[in-house]
Amino acid sequence: MQISNLESIPGTKIIKHLGMVQGNTVRAKHVGRDILAGLKNIIGGELHAYTELLTESRQQSTDRMIAQATAMGANAVLNVRFSTSSVSAGASEIYVYGTAVVVETE
Amino acid sequence: MIFSFIIPISLVLLGFIVGRINEARHFADLEEREDSFKHVVLSDLKTIPEGMNRSQFVSGSVVISIDYYKRIIASIRMFFGGEVASYQSLLTRARREAILRMIDEADDYDSKYIANIRIETSKVFENDEGIGSLEVYAYGTALS
Repeated sequence: MQISNLESIPGTKIIKHLGMVQGNTVRAKHVGRDILAGLKNIIGGELHAYTELLTESRQQSTDRMIAQATAMGANAVLNVRFSTSSVSAGASEIYVYGTAVVVETE
Repeated sequence: MIFSFIIPISLVLLGFIVGRINEARHFADLEEREDSFKHVVLSDLKTIPEGMNRSQFVSGSVVISIDYYKRIIASIRMFFGGEVASYQSLLTRARREAILRMIDEADDYDSKYIANIRIETSKVFENDEGIGSLEVYAYGTALS
């Protein structure tokens, strides 16, 4: 499965459009991570635990999108977009969407 | 009684000193790494240059938090209005870091060109007091 945020994949031709596919995850942080983050809120800087947590959830959303695309018989997802939003205190949603297509090497 | 003053003041001082040292160190580190990736072309256009026949999705992200001192400064700013320079430098740092991580990934694929770069900034894991962290996510397509 090829993923791209461009509208085409170089060296290939789109032979079939299958429609939009999407994936999402809502993740909450846990208390252990919160204590460390509380310290960081005093001195500032990167919150490595949160960076990892969001990278993981983004991967999960992408996997869900890919599963949907695979079920449709696609071999690529194009024009992929990500969006992140804070849904409630302590929880964030990651949403990813794109267009499932079938591509063929030229 | 006296503790109710000492604690916030020491937190402001701690935030100011450590925050400032970290910021200076981070900026120096950013300069150096950006210099080593000077040959990579970054673009937010969708066009694919001639001769590129391989593409790979690349991304980089960073979550940062605002220090105590900057929060206080910003809350004073919110009273008078105007530019909040302390947050500005923080966002600049986060954005440059996220872009560098994306380039790092592209470098693993021997790519010298990243097309259609999108950068997204969002507030994550906000707590009841409204103190959240900021995430910057940069993504694009590495071409080679």
